Amino acid sequence: MTAISARRRHPLAAAVVLFVTLVVLGGLYAVLAPASQASSEASSTQIEEGRQLFAIGCSSCHGLGGEGQVRDDGTVIGPSLIGVGAAAVDFQVGTGRMPAGAPGAQISRGAVQYTDDEIAALAAYVASLAPGPEIPGAAAVDPDAGDVARGGEMFRTNCAQCHNASGQGGALSYGKYAPALQGVTPTHIYEAMLTGPQAMPVFNDQTLTPEDKRDIIAFLKSIEDEPNPGGFGLGRIGPVSEGLWGWLLGIGALIGTAVWLGAKRS
Amino acid sequence: MTTPESGEMAEYGEGRTGTSELEPAQPVGDPIPDPGPAPPAERMTDIDLKAEQRVERQVASMFGLASLLILAFLVAFVIFPLTTDDGGAVDVGAVRVSNVALGVTLGLALVLIGLGAIHWARKLMTSKMVIHERHQLRSTDDVRAETLADFELGTAESTFGRRKMIRNSLIGAMALLPLPAVFLLRDLGPAPGGVKKNTLWDTGVRVVHDRTFAPIRPSELQVGSLVVAMPENFEELPHEGPERINQRAKSPVFLIRIDPDDLRIEEGRENWQVDGILCYSKICTHVGCPITLYESDTHHMLCPCHQSTFNLADAGEVIFGPAARPLPQLPLAVDEEGYLIAQSDFVDPVGPSFWEMNT
Repeated sequence: MTAISARRRHPLAAAVVLFVTLVVLGGLYAVLAPASQASSEASSTQIEEGRQLFAIGCSSCHGLGGEGQVRDDGTVIGPSLIGVGAAAVDFQVGTGRMPAGAPGAQISRGAVQYTDDEIAALAAYVASLAPGPEIPGAAAVDPDAGDVARGGEMFRTNCAQCHNASGQGGALSYGKYAPALQGVTPTHIYEAMLTGPQAMPVFNDQTLTPEDKRDIIAFLKSIEDEPNPGGFGLGRIGPVSEGLWGWLLGIGALIGTAVWLGAKRS
Repeated sequence: MTTPESGEMAEYGEGRTGTSELEPAQPVGDPIPDPGPAPPAERMTDIDLKAEQRVERQVASMFGLASLLILAFLVAFVIFPLTTDDGGAVDVGAVRVSNVALGVTLGLALVLIGLGAIHWARKLMTSKMVIHERHQLRSTDDVRAETLADFELGTAESTFGRRKMIRNSLIGAMALLPLPAVFLLRDLGPAPGGVKKNTLWDTGVRVVHDRTFAPIRPSELQVGSLVVAMPENFEELPHEGPERINQRAKSPVFLIRIDPDDLRIEEGRENWQVDGILCYSKICTHVGCPITLYESDTHHMLCPCHQSTFNLADAGEVIFGPAARPLPQLPLAVDEEGYLIAQSDFVDPVGPSFWEMNT
């Protein structure tokens, strides 16, 4: 230390400090920032691979160029994918919703049909059609970095009406439903908010900031880890199911006992 | 009143022969008489000494085990600490070890005492059938005659029948007595005025995010967006007292943005929207549940309580369920700073309908 402080008035000291600072900042930037840069750089072969996968697996409904297909009577065979962005592809294909098994009121989660590399290629291809929401980085969806209490408030205000206060999901109209949120990866939760798949509204970065989204993810992950002190979660939908169990088991046991007591002796 | 016993039986015991009070009554014309209750079957414990001794041992061991469990409860209370020396909880799974031990010992002891008592009664105690006859509800003849005589004596001594002026003036006073109650109930204080029709929304009140209370620019919403919102002046209300709670129940709204091509705009509401951004009350018009179950692809808003469904692209019309009128829409505008504001309060009252709604 004394060796450094002895030279602090050297004419080149300022230049050296400036140089070191620039190197450190540049190095940090190179380590932290370029994830998205790299993914959009590494593209031309990836986009081409994605285009080929798209032509085989997706174009029968969404059209060869992702422009969508609509019948003359207005029935949508496959919506246009221009501008839906990489986040929508990563969510729909990564949760197994796409390719869709069968048309219906709602397309549900299923077995994932593509490898991670193939999903990334498909996402790169669809993102190349027109700019759209990008796949969030790991830091944006880190549950450990979020504020659980604030996330709970945001969840109850914006999400709980459909997905239930503890993320158990719920029914909507005409066979549609809000899916349960247990076991969904943080990235997919983020992408669902960002893109609004199927009947879900869109919560873009202006209506729910990235910080809000990360807090919501932190809340959802924290309630997944909550213990069930009674041994059963009972769907974790609150006093209704607990009361129902109390009635069925408690009153049922009382009726059974009364029948046994009043039964003919043998 | 003085009908003979047999006559009354005939009057009330319709369809019964009534030959004897002790025999069970028979429906007229029933070819097979009611055999009555079957005699109790003999139990194994009645005829087999070994079975009897076995049951005796079972009952005694249940009671004995209950005693042991009660003692075990006391022991468990002493030996299982609630916390370790360093303050940590002593848990098995998600429950305190102490709670489990206390609950299991005392609960099982109570169950065993109950089971033992029932087992004893069913297997060992005698079970003769005993019939208790019910006495007649009617009073005896001399009690009835005495009561009537007392009543007539009272009527004569009070001179109620003779002094007609007193009687009639009393009847008049009693007839007027309900009037104060009618007047009091008719006027329960000042009328509520516009409290049911008015909310916090007013000309120029900004629409802000619920929870964060940040003002909203139209550009923040894209087609398919949903924002749960409150009036900006809600935050100015005192944190204590009923006003804040009432306005929390009345004033919430939500914003959505719909492609203007999909929108049917009602006459007179042409300038209520900002580039397809619509603002509706969050309170269902059926019984006032908060609703934001929004399906962005069909523009339906579903109420989770009774499945009322409103088409937000069609002026909030009810398309399913028990709600009787459309969801009230808040007229929107943009202020000079570019934030969304209300043009006025709601034109239609929010929440459940009420009698004086259209007066």
